[in-house]
Amino acid sequence: MSEIAAEPEGASRPNRTFIARLKDSDLLASFLSSKVTVAAGAVTIILFLAALLAPWIAPTDPFNPATNFLSDSLDPPSFIAGGDPRFLLGTDDQGRDMLSAILYGLRVSLAIGFCGVALGGAIGVGLGLISGYAGGWTDSILMRIADVQLTFPAILIALLLDGVAHAMLKAQSRDESAFAVLVVSIGLSFWVQYARTVRASTMVEKNRDYVLAARLIGLSHARILISHILPNVMGPVMVIATINLALAIITEATLSFLGVGLPPTEPSLGTLIRIGQNYLFSGEWWIVAFPSLTLAALVLAVNLLGDWLRDALNPRLK
Amino acid sequence: MNAADPIVEVHGLRRVFDVSAPFLSRLIAREPRRTLTAVDGADFTILRGETFGLVGESGSGKSTLARMVVGLLEASQGRVLIEGVDLAGTGDKAARRAIRRRIQMIFQDPYASLNPRWRVGDIIAEPIRAFGAGGAGAGPGKRATVARVGELLELVGLHPADGRKFPHEFSGGQRQRIAIARAIAAQPDFIVCDEPTSALDVSIQAQILNLMRDLQDRLGLTYLLITHNLAVVRFMASRVGVMYLGRLVEIGETEALFARPRHPYTRMLLDAVPDLMMSGRPRTPIGGEPPNPIDPPPGCPFHPRCPQAIAICRTERPAFIDNVACHLAHDERQN
Amino acid sequence: MTGPLLSVRDLRVEFATRKGPLVALDGVSFDIAPGEVLGVVGESGAGKSLTGLAIIGLLDPPGRIAGGEISLAGKRIDSLPPAQMRDIRGRRIGIIFQDPMTSLNPLLRIGDQLTETILAHKSVGRREARERAIAWLGEVGIPSPEKRIDGYPHEFSGGMRQRVVIALALCAEPALVIADEPTTALDVSVQAQIISVLKNLTRRHGAAVMLITHDMGVIAETADRVAVMYAGRIAEVGEVHEVVRDPLHPYTQGLMAAIPTLEVSARRLAQIPGAMPRLSAIPPGCAFAPRCPRVFARCAERPPLMAIGDRGAACWLYDRAAVAADVRT
Repeated sequence: MSEIAAEPEGASRPNRTFIARLKDSDLLASFLSSKVTVAAGAVTIILFLAALLAPWIAPTDPFNPATNFLSDSLDPPSFIAGGDPRFLLGTDDQGRDMLSAILYGLRVSLAIGFCGVALGGAIGVGLGLISGYAGGWTDSILMRIADVQLTFPAILIALLLDGVAHAMLKAQSRDESAFAVLVVSIGLSFWVQYARTVRASTMVEKNRDYVLAARLIGLSHARILISHILPNVMGPVMVIATINLALAIITEATLSFLGVGLPPTEPSLGTLIRIGQNYLFSGEWWIVAFPSLTLAALVLAVNLLGDWLRDALNPRLK
Repeated sequence: MNAADPIVEVHGLRRVFDVSAPFLSRLIAREPRRTLTAVDGADFTILRGETFGLVGESGSGKSTLARMVVGLLEASQGRVLIEGVDLAGTGDKAARRAIRRRIQMIFQDPYASLNPRWRVGDIIAEPIRAFGAGGAGAGPGKRATVARVGELLELVGLHPADGRKFPHEFSGGQRQRIAIARAIAAQPDFIVCDEPTSALDVSIQAQILNLMRDLQDRLGLTYLLITHNLAVVRFMASRVGVMYLGRLVEIGETEALFARPRHPYTRMLLDAVPDLMMSGRPRTPIGGEPPNPIDPPPGCPFHPRCPQAIAICRTERPAFIDNVACHLAHDERQN
Repeated sequence: MTGPLLSVRDLRVEFATRKGPLVALDGVSFDIAPGEVLGVVGESGAGKSLTGLAIIGLLDPPGRIAGGEISLAGKRIDSLPPAQMRDIRGRRIGIIFQDPMTSLNPLLRIGDQLTETILAHKSVGRREARERAIAWLGEVGIPSPEKRIDGYPHEFSGGMRQRVVIALALCAEPALVIADEPTTALDVSVQAQIISVLKNLTRRHGAAVMLITHDMGVIAETADRVAVMYAGRIAEVGEVHEVVRDPLHPYTQGLMAAIPTLEVSARRLAQIPGAMPRLSAIPPGCAFAPRCPRVFARCAERPPLMAIGDRGAACWLYDRAAVAADVRT
């Protein structure tokens, strides 16, 4: 079927605007062709925007003790009997508005997710590039380290880091270090996947003729890695990053749920769920239900986007 | 053109690849190390302004040889001198760098030889920037570079505005033109062309070969042309080397080599070319396939397929004397 | 002589894309007589492989036959259900692809594949099928076939594998063999061997061959007639010696002049300017007109395949009325 492959669509065109090219691109078409993907995209955008704009759209500031009254605690959502019209999704044990807490929690969860993925991606892509390009002993050593890394689950790393932070920092700054602990443990437990993928692509790309041509020009290895190979191995990285974002958010929730994560004073979605589950059997279901639903929706939508991206970028599945 | 002015000298070039299994698997299976001698003692010179053709089938080592000549691959043994400077040597670093810019390469697959994420203009500008910056003082200015890229695009038959496009917007033949523009952007004297038209259709091949010829005349280039296509070599090359299983078996002036091949393998290759003009050229049928280079036959590597093989061919490897490596040809000369 | 073995009439193949259908083959018509070798030559993207795939019913979606007829021995085969088409592919049309590994199962011994094929299409017992398989391997030139029959494909060299594929394609004694670039992946010295095996065996067994290749040399050596394709259409068809020595269509003329040969040494090769248009940008009228050195007013309209003796060329130069009208203006 080589003949068909040799006939890419469309003749060579003059330069066109970015929008025109986007309209014409296969990526957008494949995005629009699936209703599930469009819905996932919409949910993701709404949640991202909600998180970003939380300080402006949240009814109250859940972190401001001046606006939270214990008298309001454990109010059910406004749409059921006994609900307070001020609190659409009810309140938690400290009288915080659940909707506001969720918006702020989403913000924290996403921030940790993004930072964790960025850290893991940076470590993984860097080591993968070096490993694949250098080969030999460097490669063997880096890949064995990766194997060892895989035997440590994120929770273990988080506990370890938490312990170290605990020992080294004062109790007060410990809460502040929680964010960093989470990001580092997520980054450390996720880099291997990037490294392996990038290493494999790098090993293919480094022998391609355009890299040989760059070597003939006498460019340094670093320059070749960064300006020639890196852009060509980023496709799969974007797919992994998207899917990992969902995983990172779940990991953060898990860690926070288990108490290694963020403190109740600065709740993420996981922290909210942890607080809520204490009240689940006493009938205050809304404290656990709404953060859980938000988390599930976010993770599902991001995952679906990741799946779509993987398929859309894989020419063999077309 | 000075006939006795060598630009490239290759002395006893040899390349051995380690193709054994990883250490642990080898230990478990109790296997010895396995090596593949891709190029086994090549000696030749290329004269300034000529096109030296190197022909051979797959596994003959011609691409490995090309990569050693340009310095992309280290030689296991032997030396490559470009204008008397050894690229792998330890001497004057500045001299080596100055020589390096004067050697460029054109690759077989125009789809793999251009970085798909770069604009064509940047691809062609890269050697200008790289060599300009390292040479005397500052590199050429941005405007000068853009102008030079436009000139180069026109030189290879494209439009200066094509520099803003990406490689995927071009056909195979146009991409090969871009690759040629990148090669000559470094202002080289010597270009190694590794199967430059094998991936192209015949009508496009003619365009590219003509372009290479024109550029050679205009810029005084020297080519090392590697190909399996004898007709292409016949058209392009002034001298030809024939490789079989990592060894040069015959070198000669193109006309003479095609009219009177001395090595039986050269004769066989010529006979295998389909007779397009149906001239009724007499042909001897040939048998067999090239053996595995990991395990080459003893004596002359060609003897299992050679219709004229005699006893000595099976045991003794013929030396490369008087531009041919064949016991029979050597005998003929002595008698 | 009875009618043609294979008859293709006005074949049109389209690829559905987001931007509407791309016409990959347009009005392709040719015949293959029993026992004849028809070479189909063209550059990549000309549609030659697609023609072969359309005939054997192996077009992959989004490609589909959008018009025309394909008949084998007088019976339409272009709209048969897949099961019947499969039977035809094994029994009546043998297929040889460029890469032998598309036809060979790497996990099966080659003898098993051959005997299975023979058993499926011939009413013989297992023992006899194996004997025939050995005989076929001998015929395609595999040394000591009784030993090699129990080998796996990876134990064979590229040339030997392609010989096995030829045996596999011929062992059901089909009336037609479609060979798509059978020698392209092979070394020069091996190519000649495979061509001669293919030529001799099909002649001995009376099978017709549709030989698809980009290599005019292979066609000149092997084919009786040749069809030259350009941009999904047939540009010229005729007896191979005549087409090679005296091409009619300006495209064929340019193509022949562009091929370097061992015999002629020239300072420059003749070259056709430009490249074949992409499917999405085939010009109206004659598809070759933008590159043609002899283009004239009439070329704005698409030329039909005109009969010139027993040859054919899709070019207005061979239409007296068109040329006369051009001279007048």
